[in-house]
Amino acid sequence: MMTVRDDMSIDEKQMALVETFEFFDDWTDRYEHIISLGKELPPLSDEFKTEANLIKGCQSQVWLHAEMKDGKLFFSADSDAIITKGLISMIIQVFSGHSPEEIINTELSFIDRIGLKEHLSPTRSNGLLSMVKQLKFYAIAFSAKS
Amino acid sequence: MHTLPNVFKFFRMHETLKNTDTIRRIHEIRDEFPILREMVNGEPLVYLDSAATAQKPEVVISSIANYYRQSNSNVHRGVHSLSQTATALYEDARTTVKEFINARYAEEIIFTKGTTDSINLLAHGLGKILIDQGDEILTTEMEHHSNFVPWQALALEKKATLKIIRFDDKGEIKPSDVESMISEKTRLLAITHASNTLGSINDIKEIVNICHAKNILVVVDGAQYIPHAQIDVQDLNCDFYVFSAHKLFGPTGTGVLYGNRKLLNQLPPYQTGGGMISEVGLQSTEYASSPQVFEAGTPNIAGVVGMAVAIKYLQETGYAFIEAHEKNLLRLATEKLLQIPGLKIIGTSENKVPLISFVVKGLHPFDIGSLLDQMGIAVRTGHHCTQPIMTRYGISGTVRASFAFYNTADEVERLYQGILKALKILS
Repeated sequence: MMTVRDDMSIDEKQMALVETFEFFDDWTDRYEHIISLGKELPPLSDEFKTEANLIKGCQSQVWLHAEMKDGKLFFSADSDAIITKGLISMIIQVFSGHSPEEIINTELSFIDRIGLKEHLSPTRSNGLLSMVKQLKFYAIAFSAKS
Repeated sequence: MHTLPNVFKFFRMHETLKNTDTIRRIHEIRDEFPILREMVNGEPLVYLDSAATAQKPEVVISSIANYYRQSNSNVHRGVHSLSQTATALYEDARTTVKEFINARYAEEIIFTKGTTDSINLLAHGLGKILIDQGDEILTTEMEHHSNFVPWQALALEKKATLKIIRFDDKGEIKPSDVESMISEKTRLLAITHASNTLGSINDIKEIVNICHAKNILVVVDGAQYIPHAQIDVQDLNCDFYVFSAHKLFGPTGTGVLYGNRKLLNQLPPYQTGGGMISEVGLQSTEYASSPQVFEAGTPNIAGVVGMAVAIKYLQETGYAFIEAHEKNLLRLATEKLLQIPGLKIIGTSENKVPLISFVVKGLHPFDIGSLLDQMGIAVRTGHHCTQPIMTRYGISGTVRASFAFYNTADEVERLYQGILKALKILS
């Protein structure tokens, strides 16, 4: 089982996550892993749980906060639903610590490849799809500033 | 039902649901619904979302295909035979609906796109002839957004006041709760027959009596009630009754607005165009009368034909059987779910349509619903387009399992086991 390391590129991290999920036999293991990631993700501090950072889904809500440090973007996020939180934990792990350009130019592909495509569907309304869009918007906004 | 010890309740329940005739009948019924044979995520589908939309029997599906294969033509327009066949099918459907809800006249039945469309038609028309500045429109805290937002928008537009009737902790509204909200400025009450989130059934007949005594019109949203029990609009004596075909085992995009003929004749048209006129001049147009005046444009003919077939299917199945079986399912599911630690049912009226909304302490409905989906169990999660209800209970959403007469006691068991498994994974 490969682990995601900070010195990997976005695509290398995605590859590592896909390999991790290949290790699981069935949906129960997959979901238990996602749920444990959701539980491990530290809650977003209240100062960042603002209306501006809130992405409203019909089903669950997501908060996303972005910060720029030494030319790299770092994300922190939270959700009221634990499965959503587990998924965003992986998404921010993949995209955090990279330049806005790399974030803009890399497609989010691992969710699809680990068989959780339905969570990114607009009909799921869990805020995840909007969160990914927002994450890319931040990258574009920071890239324009620098 | 809380007076008997559990062991007796289960004995009684299982006796009813294990009755071999009933089981055979349910299996016959299930065979008529092709989608119920689908596998979802590798498991046989357990469809517990009929309150969102009901599944369609083969007769309905094939009637729509057959309409396009054999009878497709525009209605009320042509001299040719096919057009006459299509018109006859379409108008026969109106008679079917009229008889189904026991309306006095076929012209009291208007075909719409669905409940939302019917209510918007009414809000538009009544806004022109009934609601003025300072008037009051009454509605309730338990309405689906479709019977709430149009009235809220109308009140804002007319500078009228929207007054909200609250429900009690069990999710019930008593006729006296309605009465106490009425003032001399009240013109209209828009109320649901049964709540899509709580399941509670309102005493429409008594509420209409109270309103009519004070010259208040009553619009009833029957979308959630009519799939489960026979209605009689003359007995209810309401002014308007609206529902959708798709919750009634018919196709989507079709619905009904029933209106008292006298009132319909006073309502202005909602949309103008073809099919709703009697004479068009260059400067002015004379409109047709009801129902044509409210059915501008080419209607959803295939949908209406499919709806009529769905109604006949329901009538053949029989509401007596449907009600008895669904009541048993609701009772069994309620008893099973209440055994789950931390689970709380939202909407605990004794008189409910067969649906259960619930929350589990410390868990998000979305998580429970996502895991049930992995097990092939379709439930709905979220606010169910009833945010005022969520606000009332201080929750963000519920999980809702809703039943139809094609559901079985085995499926209730799979729901129960599924929730237990989901809770284990989430804990």
